[in-house]
Amino acid sequence: MVLPTAAESDNPANSCMFASRYMQSPLPRFRMPEKSIPKDAAYQIINDELMLDGNPRLNLASFVTTWMEPECDKLMMSAVNKNYVDMDEYPVTTDLQNRCVNMIARLFHAEVEDGDQAVGCATVGSSEAIMLAGLAFKRKWQNKRKAQGKPYDKPNIVTGSNVQVCWEKFARYFEVELKEVKLREGYYVMDPKKAAEMVDENTICVCAILGSTYNGEFEDVKMLNDLLVQKNKETGWNTPIHVDAASGGFIAPFLYPDLEWDFRLPLVRSINVSGHKYGLVYAGVGWVVWRSKQDLPEELIFHINYLGADQPTFTLNFSKGASQIIGQYYQLIRLGFEGYKLIMENCRTNARYLTEILEKTGRFTILSKDVGVPVVAFSLKDKSLGHDEYEISDHLRKFGWVVPAYTMAPDAQHVLLLRVVVREDFSRTLAERLAHNIEEVLHEFEALHPKITKVVKEILVTEDEKNDQVEAKENSKKTHENRRRGRQARHPDSVDKTKGIC
Amino acid sequence: MVLSRATDSDGSIHSTFASRYVQESLPRFQMPERSIPKDAAYQIISDELMLDGNPRLNLASFVTTWMEPECDKLIMQAINKNYVDMDEYPVTTELQNRCVNIIANLFNAPLSNEEEAVGVGTVGSSEAIMLAGLAFKRKWQNKRKAEGKPYDKPNIVTGANVQVCWEKFARYFEVELKEVKLRKDYYIMDPVKAVEMVDENTICVAAILGSTYNGEFEDVKLLNDLLLQKNKETGWDTPIHVDAASGGFIAPFLYPDLEWDFRLPLVKSINVSGHKYGLVYAGIGWVIWRAKQDLPEELIFHINYLGADQPTFTLNFSKGASQIIAQYYQLIRLGFEGYRNIMSNCAANAKALADGLVRTGRFDILSKEVGVPLVAFSLKDNSKHDEYEIADHLRRYGWIVPAYTMAPDAQQVTLLRVVVREDFNRSLAERLVRDIEKVLHELDALPSKLVTEVTASLVESHPELKEVKDIDIDSTKLNSCHVFNEVLNSQKAVKAWKKFVAQKANRVC
Repeated sequence: MVLPTAAESDNPANSCMFASRYMQSPLPRFRMPEKSIPKDAAYQIINDELMLDGNPRLNLASFVTTWMEPECDKLMMSAVNKNYVDMDEYPVTTDLQNRCVNMIARLFHAEVEDGDQAVGCATVGSSEAIMLAGLAFKRKWQNKRKAQGKPYDKPNIVTGSNVQVCWEKFARYFEVELKEVKLREGYYVMDPKKAAEMVDENTICVCAILGSTYNGEFEDVKMLNDLLVQKNKETGWNTPIHVDAASGGFIAPFLYPDLEWDFRLPLVRSINVSGHKYGLVYAGVGWVVWRSKQDLPEELIFHINYLGADQPTFTLNFSKGASQIIGQYYQLIRLGFEGYKLIMENCRTNARYLTEILEKTGRFTILSKDVGVPVVAFSLKDKSLGHDEYEISDHLRKFGWVVPAYTMAPDAQHVLLLRVVVREDFSRTLAERLAHNIEEVLHEFEALHPKITKVVKEILVTEDEKNDQVEAKENSKKTHENRRRGRQARHPDSVDKTKGIC
Repeated sequence: MVLSRATDSDGSIHSTFASRYVQESLPRFQMPERSIPKDAAYQIISDELMLDGNPRLNLASFVTTWMEPECDKLIMQAINKNYVDMDEYPVTTELQNRCVNIIANLFNAPLSNEEEAVGVGTVGSSEAIMLAGLAFKRKWQNKRKAEGKPYDKPNIVTGANVQVCWEKFARYFEVELKEVKLRKDYYIMDPVKAVEMVDENTICVAAILGSTYNGEFEDVKLLNDLLLQKNKETGWDTPIHVDAASGGFIAPFLYPDLEWDFRLPLVKSINVSGHKYGLVYAGIGWVIWRAKQDLPEELIFHINYLGADQPTFTLNFSKGASQIIAQYYQLIRLGFEGYRNIMSNCAANAKALADGLVRTGRFDILSKEVGVPLVAFSLKDNSKHDEYEIADHLRRYGWIVPAYTMAPDAQQVTLLRVVVREDFNRSLAERLVRDIEKVLHELDALPSKLVTEVTASLVESHPELKEVKDIDIDSTKLNSCHVFNEVLNSQKAVKAWKKFVAQKANRVC
């Protein structure tokens, strides 16, 4: 604890926040500063700079929770100095994690007896959850192949090309081949038939997404299960399924309880869900649950002697804050089943409302389905306007909204779309305001007389090209190209394969 | 947002502790059907959490347990920011980049003045180590592929005193772990042995700056020199990674002349925990690479996030932004002098604690003066009572002081370890010494653990002993009690003794 030195408390100029000399010197960017500064100055400087960050609640791109009740904020703040991994020191916190795992596993109909502890753990997010689930599949498959005396050096995983980037990370970091089922126009999720066809003896699992990142749609896990059961019977490979329910896991059980997608299907062996999406907790918590003990190979579990007590751990991260776990438990008991159901119904209603308004403008095609995560994905009907979704996104920023524009995954990357995620804190009033602002943006475009502008542009661009040839040897050629390339850079044709949306 | 229902205004619920919710036990297995009011939810959870230990009395952990209120305020304000939304929160992203630059320069990375360092914020040293290990593995595989040699058996050379995350890395990423065993009085990795173990499949040698067991710094310079020599002979070009999880924020301030970082040419990456002596709450670590070439481009993902391209190389994706901001706060709030003052304080308090323990005459100190400020000590004579009992008894006074066995091949050594953090002041150190003395007195008065164990097993197997009257007279009579005698020499007693003496190796963190 640094005590203020005499020099700091002497100078009255330092006591007035904005008059202090610290406000005049720029903040260090490369090297650690030599001297300390008073804590209120440090606070103020950083706080002021952070004002230029976006407002999290207006970020309509993200599924991640941006508002929690003040009581929960209080709980989380008081737990901020707890290192979650000190299980022996914080037994109650550890118990809360176990309770959350139990509740979530049972929400997904896991095969666990009354009173038994379900198999699962908390993670920092769905990325870690997916890596753990993938690791478990890889190891099980390797053990099976070793026992059969067959080669086990070329594992692969079958998914749709609409997977979130963390599956590609898993594949690349853990040396598993990613076999992607391509999308097509009008069908933006993984086709179960094609997926089942792609399965071979080296497939460690097939991954289905409940709540595609692009348009919120649920993949047909039941059909995938039935097709795969059939194929397994023929081949004897026993290929399992993993459901990536990062966003859908806290939607389906409340809005579509009869939809069979979870452990009710026999081939589903593990499921991951993000606590920080529709689990309604701030960023930093995810959950992975396995069907039963046999689905998690014992050799992956580490037994730590932590502060004298033995405990099993299977996570990639070790030390981390305990706040989010407590936040998740708070939500589960505070809201209960009825609370979550009410909130998800609200979100769905608001999403439907936004969809209606957008459809009424007559300018957009809606790419999201009614059954799915409450997301509204839409694209322009008329592409000849000369303005695309990227520009709409840019112009919306002026009003404060962050609405991202994307290209669809291969092989439908010529489709551009905008996506609005309807979270708990996106009320109907905000939906109306957003729709209103979108209409304003469209009017702005029309005022620019797009068709005429296009012709004028073409003429000028041809002129430009003639000039460019003349100035070919001069540096200014670069600026012309950049002006044109600025738009083309985001053209679908130049999309890099390694880029994904989130 | 769940709005309150009409029934909530029912009078009996108004007083938190009179509400019916406090009478029902909290659900443990199934999600409850109904909602409950938020103040009830808050109170119930808060009350249950009272039974968690007090983080500040946890002397086992390196992880920071106190920050200034101004920083707490910043953390709270940033709690709803998802750090990975780089386009949405450009300032937060910029703060991470500044931290990476500052820490890289602290470690003397060979950067020109305004050059951007290569590194990233992680959730902790575990993730940092996995990323660094992945980079080494991929570089080595590419090198071997280019040479047309097999690349399916990578291994990594470390000391047996490594933290468990290295074993995790080895197991999850299918790399063999070759451990240099310890020996009595030498509780860290021996550079000479390490270099001997290096072969063509070694992706890197990991040295620890601040061993978890006793805080000692490994001799990275010696390792570097020996490895340079070997590389010249073999041409394998084996690099070094320094796991500076705890030492990375100690050495630059207390021992600036100690060469352990990028000043040594073979060191290609370093990890440090922001949440240890970086003085931030749990949930942040840093990994820095020497230069761009040390991080293979193919491992970096380019995400189209909200329309902008950015490169990412982490295992985790969405996470809170609070700790990154807090780390930046600490770096500029304290500056070099602030960190140096705090670390000097910690070292002085550690010394005071060590001196106090030495004065009792009952302990050997296993930690060195040059190292992370912790005090590792073991009983000079642990035949009657061992360190585990001391740890147990100290709990009663509120202290958490863990007892461990040393890593192989020194697992016959048991020790206690007290970590001196920023918030462990001199008066607490003195109080701890007094409490340890009290515990020693208590234990001296008790029969030794061996005796207790043997007695317990005797009574369990021969309950008739309780009836024999001769026993409670005095010990000279004991020998004449033939039942007792017989049993004492029997197999059961020997078994109990053996069980007591066999030490199970356990891992420390």
